[in-house]
Amino acid sequence: MPPRGSRGPLPPLLLVAALAACVARASEITFELPDNAKQCFYEEIAQGTKCTLEFQVITGGHYDVDCRLEDPDGIVLYKEMKKQYDSFTFTASRNGTYKFCFSNEFSTFTHKTVYFDFQVGEDPPLFPSENRVTALTQMESACVSIHEALKSVIDYQTHFRLREAQGRSRAEDLNTRVAYWSVGEAIILLVVSIGQVFLLKSFFSDKRTTTTRVGS
Amino acid sequence: LALYFHIGEREEKCIIEDLPSDTLVFGNYKVQRWDIHKHDFLESAPGLGMYVTVSTPEGEVLLSKLYGSQGTFSFTSHLSGEHIICFQSNSTRLLAMAGSKLRIHLDIRVGEHFLDESAVQAKEKVDEVHVRLEHLIEQIQHVSKEQDYEREREEKFRKTSEETNSNILWWAIVQTLILISVGIWQIKSLRDFFIAKKLV
Repeated sequence: MPPRGSRGPLPPLLLVAALAACVARASEITFELPDNAKQCFYEEIAQGTKCTLEFQVITGGHYDVDCRLEDPDGIVLYKEMKKQYDSFTFTASRNGTYKFCFSNEFSTFTHKTVYFDFQVGEDPPLFPSENRVTALTQMESACVSIHEALKSVIDYQTHFRLREAQGRSRAEDLNTRVAYWSVGEAIILLVVSIGQVFLLKSFFSDKRTTTTRVGS
Repeated sequence: LALYFHIGEREEKCIIEDLPSDTLVFGNYKVQRWDIHKHDFLESAPGLGMYVTVSTPEGEVLLSKLYGSQGTFSFTSHLSGEHIICFQSNSTRLLAMAGSKLRIHLDIRVGEHFLDESAVQAKEKVDEVHVRLEHLIEQIQHVSKEQDYEREREEKFRKTSEETNSNILWWAIVQTLILISVGIWQIKSLRDFFIAKKLV
């Protein structure tokens, strides 16, 4: 087994870690967007950072939302109307505050639950190579590949959870609608049928009194 | 702190976290108030605090505390489901002045996202691989918990679908029976009526 590389002094490691911590961030938030509302989020991004915005509508109405991403100058980088799910990757062309907004203004009375995941920068490497003398050991490279695999497992799990939540929301809507509509239809059926008979009977009763009057 | 958004001064903003049971959640926030004179957000506003309320899927309150303008909170979910984290400022101004708003910086970490660089530095004496392995084990445990939660949710989904299915079947039968019986009653009733009126 190759000898372990000697560790460099502490400060460079801290610096690397600090830089890495600044660069790589991921925020995922699930929030409720009321009807006719717009919600904006802002993030300061350094130039040259690769960012990914992913969003999905989980519950509500037709499961769609408007999304818009602007750079610090106000230039629209991404704009989509009534999208159910999308993923957008871009590289920050300049420093500044980037803004992205979700809008439910086209909807009159349905609240939407929206999930988004905004990833800024790449994840830092597990074993930083700056102060390393030898290559990664087998243990370390096994760690790295397990970490990568787990990250993608967790990513798939999140997507699956969101899809399942959406499917379940549709199923529950369907169930409620079926229940109410069935009861409503049964009542309408009864009321209309019984009403028809009494109405018909009332026609004949009136006619009889009219003929009697004419006769006398 | 990275991501931020704006809310009105007296407004309550909630975010939803769908969690499996026994999951630790860390929240980190910073709130700033808009200053009308300076036309900018103040770096720190004395006396400004945030009420952080965490509710379980059942509606119980898990955490309800007043923190300062910058704070960290954490909680562990006992039940699996949608937990709601709400933020509201303790501002007592009855009429919010026009243009008054708050900027909230937020960072929420759930489950395994604890690649804490400072912890790695502290444990520098211990083998770095050992620390990474512990982190990997945490990640795998989180994956496993999410899988269990997924099984629960799938069962709920299946029950809803089966309920819809039996609802449709049952009500279709009931409606057909109503239709037939009311139809028969209509004909009988009209026939008796016409016979009584000597029209038939």
